[in-house]
Amino acid sequence: MLHSLLQLGDKYFMWNEGPMIWTSDVLIVLTSLGIIGVLTYLKRWNWLWKEWLTTVDHKKIGIMYIIAAFAMFFRGGMDGLIIRAQLAVPNNQFLNAEHYDQVFTTHGTIMILFMAMPFIIGLMNIAVPLQIGARDVAFPYLNALSFWLFFFAALLFNISFVIGGSPDAGWTSYAPLAGPFYDTGVGENYYLISLQITGIGTIATGINFLVTILKMRAPGMTLMKMPMFTWSILVTSIIIIFAFPVLTVTLALLMFDRLFGAQFFSVTHGGLPMMWANLFWIWGHPEVYIVILPAFGVFSEVVSTFSHKRLFGYKAMVVSMVAIAILSFTTWVHHFFTMGAGASVNSFFSFSTMLIAVPTGVKMFNWLFTMYKGRIQFTTSMLWALAFIPNFLIGGLTGVMLAVAPADYQYHNSYFLVAHFHYVLIAGTVFGVFSGLYYWWPKMFGHILNEKIGKWAFWIFMISFNMTFMPMYFLGLMGMTRRMYTYPAGLGWGPLNMIETIGALGMGLGFVVMVYDIVYSIRHPEKDLTGDPWDGRTLEWSIPSPAPEYNFAVIPEVKGIDAYWMMKHPKGQEPEPTKAVDKSKIRPIHMPNNSYRPFIISVAFFVAGFGFIWQWYWLGIPGLIVVVIGLFLRSFEYDDEHFISTEEIVQTETAAGRL
Amino acid sequence: MQFLRKRWRAVLIFALSTLMLSGCGKIVVLNPQGPVATEELHLITWSFGLMMIVVVAVFALFAFMLIKYRAKKGSKIDYQPEQEGNRLLETVWTVVPILIIIALIIPTIKTTYALVKPPSTGTPVVIKAVSANWKWMFQYPGQGIETVNYVVIPANRPIEFQLDAIGPMNSLWIPALGGQEYSMPGMLMRLWLQADHPGTYVGRSANFSGRGFVHMVFNVIAKSPSDYATWVQKVKTTAPAMTMADYQKLTAQNVVHTMTFSHYIKFFGPRNNSMNALYRAPNS
Repeated sequence: MLHSLLQLGDKYFMWNEGPMIWTSDVLIVLTSLGIIGVLTYLKRWNWLWKEWLTTVDHKKIGIMYIIAAFAMFFRGGMDGLIIRAQLAVPNNQFLNAEHYDQVFTTHGTIMILFMAMPFIIGLMNIAVPLQIGARDVAFPYLNALSFWLFFFAALLFNISFVIGGSPDAGWTSYAPLAGPFYDTGVGENYYLISLQITGIGTIATGINFLVTILKMRAPGMTLMKMPMFTWSILVTSIIIIFAFPVLTVTLALLMFDRLFGAQFFSVTHGGLPMMWANLFWIWGHPEVYIVILPAFGVFSEVVSTFSHKRLFGYKAMVVSMVAIAILSFTTWVHHFFTMGAGASVNSFFSFSTMLIAVPTGVKMFNWLFTMYKGRIQFTTSMLWALAFIPNFLIGGLTGVMLAVAPADYQYHNSYFLVAHFHYVLIAGTVFGVFSGLYYWWPKMFGHILNEKIGKWAFWIFMISFNMTFMPMYFLGLMGMTRRMYTYPAGLGWGPLNMIETIGALGMGLGFVVMVYDIVYSIRHPEKDLTGDPWDGRTLEWSIPSPAPEYNFAVIPEVKGIDAYWMMKHPKGQEPEPTKAVDKSKIRPIHMPNNSYRPFIISVAFFVAGFGFIWQWYWLGIPGLIVVVIGLFLRSFEYDDEHFISTEEIVQTETAAGRL
Repeated sequence: MQFLRKRWRAVLIFALSTLMLSGCGKIVVLNPQGPVATEELHLITWSFGLMMIVVVAVFALFAFMLIKYRAKKGSKIDYQPEQEGNRLLETVWTVVPILIIIALIIPTIKTTYALVKPPSTGTPVVIKAVSANWKWMFQYPGQGIETVNYVVIPANRPIEFQLDAIGPMNSLWIPALGGQEYSMPGMLMRLWLQADHPGTYVGRSANFSGRGFVHMVFNVIAKSPSDYATWVQKVKTTAPAMTMADYQKLTAQNVVHTMTFSHYIKFFGPRNNSMNALYRAPNS
């Protein structure tokens, strides 16, 4: 009895792999019990269900995205630290090849798809409707579904660590290595199916925000009067809609190979393994811009706000973003110049890649000149935005160096490449979301984050970041390739690797200090009673902090770029009383109802996904049937909206001091 | 701030001195040992130089803005909150990057086309490099011999590596001699390299191919033409011919030591080597 139980444990829970797995098991069980215990003790189950799990409010969904992104940052960061621990010294035996392969695979996948993406989507959920003067997104119900699909996909991906084993073919999951012949466990299935599920959610988000921005702007806000962050999200949404279906198809093809014996990417039977690299990067390169353009949007807002000056070159900013979006679909081959597609193909893709530097450079100089003749205020949010400029520049310019195809033959897959993409993704996306977090936090929670602790977190993280990734450029030139689980002594790689590991610990410390800042600020809140703590320029600062459920009691009228700034500083007139709400204009507000279905459908997706991963069709197929039933019932749901009465609005606005 | 600036400097000095200690001579890409690597280094230096122009310009502007326009109490500096653009400036920073890219793309295209041709006029030596998880097999069709996990080449003659793979993709990279190219199953590729002098250089697979990937390291031994001829003769007369058992061991998924054969069996059968997958470390 005990023996067969242990056998089951070995088969499904990898108990034979030793203490690391056992510790994880115990920690997971304890954490889950802890959460359940706290919720029960504080009698918060009802609150959790009514206020959060069933909500369709874009602000709450945004907050949940960001909380999940933080959790995933922690997981992905731990993976990163484990990688650095293994590589700190030559010939290290801390991890074996198999475990190391799993760790770098989950590090990359989580950081891109389950950290960067939800963090960006979280910020866009919070800011976009408020910036355009809307009461919610175009499809609030779909928005909730997007979130829960992401959430359960992330959960599904993460449980692979303790149930069945993590994927181990790299976040790029190249075939045929990731195909059924070379990767026999369930790990790769976890990768394929959880990415598939979160991808569906992301496509829905893209459609949702495209429609929201095109159809729901306040009167007077033409496209060329939109805030730059909203512009960046519009462009990002379009990229998502074009790029993510490619990922969906690609993942499905490899899934057919793995689950049903198809031969799309196999070595034998006429499969074409190199096609995977092409398809993956046709999605993968635009994906890079999906996570970087919103960060560009954040920087535009933050630099302009804290220079107390208009954004320099608004039109050029828009045009360059659109140019980047178009070019992003024409450069995918630069990820594998070394596949030897021929001189003409490589020359073309070298050129198209270098071209991206032009619009990016335009944006860089526009940010710099936004500060020209401004009054720069060094808040934490601004520090992240400022640090972006030199650090991202290094990443971007080494990107141009990598675009030189013949030189790339020497950089490719070396630590030079690893350094490059960490410089663009951390200095771009991560600095961007941190900047946005400090910037919009008051709008989310009604208090600002402690600036002193925030600045400590910034300096620790930023300096450590350079310590971690700058040496990698040199290691690459010294011949160290990525994804090596260990390296011999005597090549001179040891000291640089040690510096990197110390840097990585510093980044971990910076993250902890930032989390401490959040905890500290919640316990000692510095309340934002004005709704406009930064002397902001766009509409989200014209309403109270935190934003009321319906966002705007009266939809504002927009007269130009930086609508709220114009209300505060009208030309040739006395300033209008900008904060007061005109009581006579208040009408009942039409809002969507909460719904439990997005949550249930996503749980069903999770169950179905788990079934397909293990090829337990008795579980997978019923799961999918529940999904279909959920969608079917949604089609016949007619009573899904309500009105907020004038009295309630007056009450809320009076409490916020607006009436 | 003062404290932080000091710390920055300390970090920088520490990093630089460690780099010096670790020996610049070990930055193999910057010390090319053959015409291909030299040509690639030229492009690396050229692109680095062009990029430094941008770095200097942006860093200088960045520092200028931060110092001059930071908000101070009672500051009387020029403050123009409504300034929204400047056509001349915007044209400058669109045109200058385009010029830089033109300066970069021309040599890039030239070299890209040059590298698909032999690097020099000598008679090329053809070596078929086959990756099979997790080892490199080097077959010499002209000589009929095969080496495993090391390769001997004559110095000063162009080497035509024909890349093939059994199983997943790998990448043949000998940084001292030049850049890499993928080895792919069923897709024969060609990589031209050449060594200027006799010597030993390190090569490895640069594309992740599973658990044993890190063991796909090999030495490239460049010999003078006469030494090379002697070596070929010696292999032909003293090394064993490849047996069927050797063949099976080599095409299976495993890690092996260096080997030498006076005669090799041409590759046949499925390009999958996972059927008899047995992972063995080299010292087991």
